[in-house]
Amino acid sequence: MRSPGETISMIFRFYYDGFRTMSWWGKRVWVIILVKLFIMFLILRIFFFPDFLKVNFSNDRERGDYVLEQLTGNN
Amino acid sequence: MIENFDLSLVNWSRAQFALTAIYHWLFVPLTLGLSFILAFMETLYVRTGDEMWKKITKFWMTLFGINFAIGVATGIILEFEFGTNWSNYSWFVGDIFGAPLAVEGIMAFFLESTFVAVMFFGWNKVSKKFHLASTWLVAVGANLSALWILVANAWMENPVGMVFNPDTARNEMNSFSQVIFNPVAVDKFLHTVTSGFVLASVFVIGISSWFLIRKREEMLARKSIYIAGIFGLISALAVAFTGDTSARTLAKVQPVKFAAMEALYEGKTDAGLTVIGALSDNGERIGEKKVHDVKMKIEIPGLLSFMTTGRSDGYVPGLKDLINGNPDRGILSVAEMMERGRYARQVLTDYKVAKELGDNDSMATLAAKFEDTDFIENYFRYFGYSYFEHPWQVIPSVPVIFYAFRVMVGLGFFFILLFILAIWFHRRRTLERNRWFLWLALFSIPLAYLASELGWIVTEMGRQPWIIQNLMPVNVAVSNISAGAVQTTFWLFAVLFTALLTAEISIMVKQIKIGPKH
Repeated sequence: MRSPGETISMIFRFYYDGFRTMSWWGKRVWVIILVKLFIMFLILRIFFFPDFLKVNFSNDRERGDYVLEQLTGNN
Repeated sequence: MIENFDLSLVNWSRAQFALTAIYHWLFVPLTLGLSFILAFMETLYVRTGDEMWKKITKFWMTLFGINFAIGVATGIILEFEFGTNWSNYSWFVGDIFGAPLAVEGIMAFFLESTFVAVMFFGWNKVSKKFHLASTWLVAVGANLSALWILVANAWMENPVGMVFNPDTARNEMNSFSQVIFNPVAVDKFLHTVTSGFVLASVFVIGISSWFLIRKREEMLARKSIYIAGIFGLISALAVAFTGDTSARTLAKVQPVKFAAMEALYEGKTDAGLTVIGALSDNGERIGEKKVHDVKMKIEIPGLLSFMTTGRSDGYVPGLKDLINGNPDRGILSVAEMMERGRYARQVLTDYKVAKELGDNDSMATLAAKFEDTDFIENYFRYFGYSYFEHPWQVIPSVPVIFYAFRVMVGLGFFFILLFILAIWFHRRRTLERNRWFLWLALFSIPLAYLASELGWIVTEMGRQPWIIQNLMPVNVAVSNISAGAVQTTFWLFAVLFTALLTAEISIMVKQIKIGPKH
């Protein structure tokens, strides 16, 4: 029976060895993943995709009232 | 089409969502299907101990990994768009979408951080059986992950299991089981994942055929073609079967889409299914919508009636029945639905006024209506119709759906033939001699992607103008933002996704050319 510390160490070594011995395509797709996540979450999300209702209203009651206005007033 | 394309906020928001969804779907189906093909191949390796199967599994696992890694998180952009471009919609459905998407997120996280890692890093480090179990769990998990997204999508086509709260202006789930076992969700899940299996099978057969054309890796190619041929044939037959059950459900919950798919304007008994046909404007109009005749038609008599009602002499309503109503068949006119929807909206407006005045008694009386079965069934279910000025506005683009559906179904039957030929030539050991088949299989890869995308075009274009069937049209769902902002992000996405797709194709092509490691 392994101790929790040994288990954590074993899992760490598993991932560490996996990344260390990764093939060329693995390294390349990891670069693409990181660039993609950077663009998506730190550029697009922040600068281009604010949550419209969260940005314009401070609480759920105001948000609900706004959407209610949209639903009843829209033609 | 082009004359109808304007630069309005609604159209740009729709175009952007379509662009991101189409690109996202270029990555997903291969993951769904290839994961199972890998699991079968690795099972053969573990059962037989034949190192060839290990080599085959690792080769296809590499291509799976490239596709999985490049495609991962591309769907999150759709969630960004919900919050920014479709805020009214997001708020209106928030509670319904929250649960399935949260389950999907948790499942995807655990799947991707654990079992995918074991699949790629675990060879010779964990036992064969544990590695095999991880591969199977990735396959099952990836497909279950798709289930939750499809459940949410199905709710938009057949909203069930919820009650509308006028105070918060949100739908609140009151039956998780109704949402999960929504008949549209069940059909959609089975049809979609099996279509992913077909795409992956065509992909494996196509790439393997390339190896045979180049006279390389013959053993890997032949064994892969056999496995993918059998898996693909079973899956393609399942796609045909689930397509049939989907049609039956569709005829009930989205009859306008169903009639548009067949360009059926006049309702009839003994309705035939058009296999091939060309639409021709006959000069007649329903409002501002053109009416089309189907020319050069080849049809199977009675099949449409049978698919819809289970009887070859069953009545299938046409678009004119569905727009103008047909009391003899119990079909309400759209004008009547618009009236009922307006009443429901008036009740909601009265509630809003009572709320502003602080009239608690009126609020309680009006709120109770939204829990009353008679009001829900006869008025609130038509809420979205209140936003239309003319009944014809509920008709989607008939030509787009008619042709997209036929090309998709035609390709589906072509793939069945392709799989049968693959199995036949493999069993007769004549794959290499039939080079025409190898070239055909190779060039079928883009056709599989085309069929898969066309399926979504039929689904999503067919349900226009609704974002939520009968409850919310797309023009009510959009946020009050500038069309210019949406245009900007449309082009940003076009560049980003094209770059990702280019990266995927180039890495994959390079890896295929390298081939399996010996």
